[in-house]
Amino acid sequence: MRNQELDIRPSPQNAGAEAPLLELVGVTKAFPAVLANDNVSLKIAPGEIHAILGENGAGKSTLVKTIYGVLAPDAGEIRWRGEAVEIRNPAHARALGIGMVFQHFSLFETLTVAENISLATPKTAAKLVPSITEIGERFGLPVDPHALVHSLSVGERQRVEIIRCLLQDPRLIIMDEPTSVLPPSGIPALFETIRRLADQGRAVLFISHKLEEIRALCHKATIMRGGKVVTEAVDPTQETNESLARLMIGRDIPHPRRAAATPADAAAMEVRDLTYVPADPFGTTLSDVSLALRPGEIVGIAGVSGNGQKELAAILSGETLLPPRQQDRIVINGRSCGAADSGKRRDLGFAFVPEERHGRGAVPEMNLKKNVILTAHSFGLANRGFIKRPAARAFAKQCIDQMDVHCSGWDAEARSLSGGNLQKFIVGREIRLGPKILLAAQPTWGVDVGAAAAIRQHLVDLRDNGVAILIISDELEELLEIADRLHVIFRGHLSPSIDRVDADSALIGDFMTGGFLPGQPNGEAVPS
Amino acid sequence: MDTLTFLLSGTLLAATPLLIAALGELVVEKAGVLNLSIEGMMALGAAVGFIVVSNTESYWLAIFIGGLVASALSVVFAAVVLLTLGNQVATGIAVGILGLGLSALIGQPYESMTVAPMARLPIPLLSELPIVGRGLFDHVAVVYLAPLLAVAVWFMLMKTKLGLIVRAVGESPESAHAIGYNVNAIRFAAILFGGFMAGVAGAFISVASTTLWANGLIAGRGWIVVALVVFATWRSGRIVIGAYLFGAATIGELLVQSFGLAIPSQLLTSVPFIATIIAIVLLSMDGRSIRLNAPVSLGRVYHVTQ
Repeated sequence: MRNQELDIRPSPQNAGAEAPLLELVGVTKAFPAVLANDNVSLKIAPGEIHAILGENGAGKSTLVKTIYGVLAPDAGEIRWRGEAVEIRNPAHARALGIGMVFQHFSLFETLTVAENISLATPKTAAKLVPSITEIGERFGLPVDPHALVHSLSVGERQRVEIIRCLLQDPRLIIMDEPTSVLPPSGIPALFETIRRLADQGRAVLFISHKLEEIRALCHKATIMRGGKVVTEAVDPTQETNESLARLMIGRDIPHPRRAAATPADAAAMEVRDLTYVPADPFGTTLSDVSLALRPGEIVGIAGVSGNGQKELAAILSGETLLPPRQQDRIVINGRSCGAADSGKRRDLGFAFVPEERHGRGAVPEMNLKKNVILTAHSFGLANRGFIKRPAARAFAKQCIDQMDVHCSGWDAEARSLSGGNLQKFIVGREIRLGPKILLAAQPTWGVDVGAAAAIRQHLVDLRDNGVAILIISDELEELLEIADRLHVIFRGHLSPSIDRVDADSALIGDFMTGGFLPGQPNGEAVPS
Repeated sequence: MDTLTFLLSGTLLAATPLLIAALGELVVEKAGVLNLSIEGMMALGAAVGFIVVSNTESYWLAIFIGGLVASALSVVFAAVVLLTLGNQVATGIAVGILGLGLSALIGQPYESMTVAPMARLPIPLLSELPIVGRGLFDHVAVVYLAPLLAVAVWFMLMKTKLGLIVRAVGESPESAHAIGYNVNAIRFAAILFGGFMAGVAGAFISVASTTLWANGLIAGRGWIVVALVVFATWRSGRIVIGAYLFGAATIGELLVQSFGLAIPSQLLTSVPFIATIIAIVLLSMDGRSIRLNAPVSLGRVYHVTQ
């Protein structure tokens, strides 16, 4: 056990030695507008952790759905344990021994863990309790079978999904972006579980676009781009992030071009000694937060998720209003705004890219044109309360073109866009508002490398045009890449500002566990 | 018959159909479907039951056929709601009006006729108890069966795999479909069950409680049933309590009269409805209980996507 934990790099000793468990030969799948999988071939051996790496829209999801029996291929052959099979539906896939852990969970919140799992098996909940505990211990997936799902964290819910999958004793487990829902601290435990599965001879198909993770975990990687396999079975441990990224996006990773910041002296937005106790008993209390944001600089807020980022973003955006007597705590362009709603703040030149794209950043059921009107209505899209549809259409089209958003047009529903494309659209919309201050929460969360680089470049360009930008992000690398200075948030306390040149991971790591607080022993950075 | 016996037996008689229909509606709503046609289904069950008794003098057959015909009407509701994805509220109200109309139509030749009351089944020993014996234990068999039915429905919903599936479908039809359940089939079965129970409740009123047929016999009881399920925050135990409380409220008018108090009868007649509103307001304050028991997808159209 100890050894495995220390062993960061996988050992590909078994991989490829045996006959393949699953083999795809020339699998092709076309949709009306796009050839999603073009002559894809793939081999996975028992005990192998095999990555499928690709950007959004590279055809990963289509391929996985084909293997899991959701989609039928137009051409090509699927061989399971050496025999050609036609996988009719997910139930058939499960019967063959192919299990899948979805990115979006299909769990029932008002039912217990055991009840949830029993729905996918013929057994009753009571009879499943021992096996849930047993599997949990064997694979490092601790979860209380009697807990109600709504009380579980995202990481625990994922464990329930994995246990549900494992109860069917699959030989091949497909995991679709499993780390995208986890905080960084939850990822090592998941990797440990995946390695134990592989040690038992089960194959794992690991779908991701995170290069670090693939290099740390996987034996082999198949890289897809534009529906085609670019490289079959590279050994990711022999590659660098740069070389993998080059294969994945077909060119070098674009790093943002940036010059030194030349911020103005007067702050565009200020937070003064803000203390805030959220109404939600599970929220984080903000203590004595002070922050100044000057035109022409990017300020980053780093920290482990759940340390007050959500509360801070809600207060800055105007979603949470302070009582009128605390009006002075937040100042935008010299105006006290603590109790001003988000519409008033937008009138003062404030723009906001929220963390949640569906429901906050965009209305999923509305098309892109209508989503544009939501924040841009006062930019010539309405005349005495009547919507000017041609203007709204033009605005949406400009966002689509400027940000290179892949969609069927301005009339596409927001929910039909992939996460990365919708994010590009939302960022594009907010940028086009010509803000003086931009707050972006997790601007590249779940966005692939190429699109993330494009978004970061847009943010840097915006800064150079004199906009004050605040970025709240869980991804430290992103902040180190584009921020001019950093604060770290820990249990609702904001650290002193760290200049870009002084920001090294040791100092930030220390701050992330509360090292900046006087008398604060270095504890865990886990939110209470 | 002394006052207490009269009140107790009146309460039980009034509560029994509410309880039966509410248990049916509970299962429907737990599966995520809001069926507002209960009033019409009860009326149809009442008319059909009355006709069967008038012609065959078989009470059990009447109650059964009443349930069957009402569940046939619920097929119409199910088809519109599940297959053509009609709005559940509008469809429920429309089908309810259809049920009321049908009951008036087929009941026309029987208007204001009476039948002999259903034979009572006094429970030996218990019905001999002093004070409460006659009031509680000298009734038609259905009155005793109703609480047992509540136990059965509770057991089915909370303790069996079938109930788990029904609750899962009601919370997230998308997830239930993803795991491989046929959401529409489960909802269809639930709607049929709900229709049957509403019909049984209606037939009980016409053949065992009032023993007469008149157009408008159900008189809003179907709506109390719908409210009762919400009032009980979708829990069988509370439905039992609620049904008997409402039964008592219905009989309150007679209670006041028996004491000779001068309160306008219109006010008293409205007591059950006022009680409904107050109960719903009070119970809506318990957010956690509602969150855990309310079917999340209630009333939402579910479109199967592939």
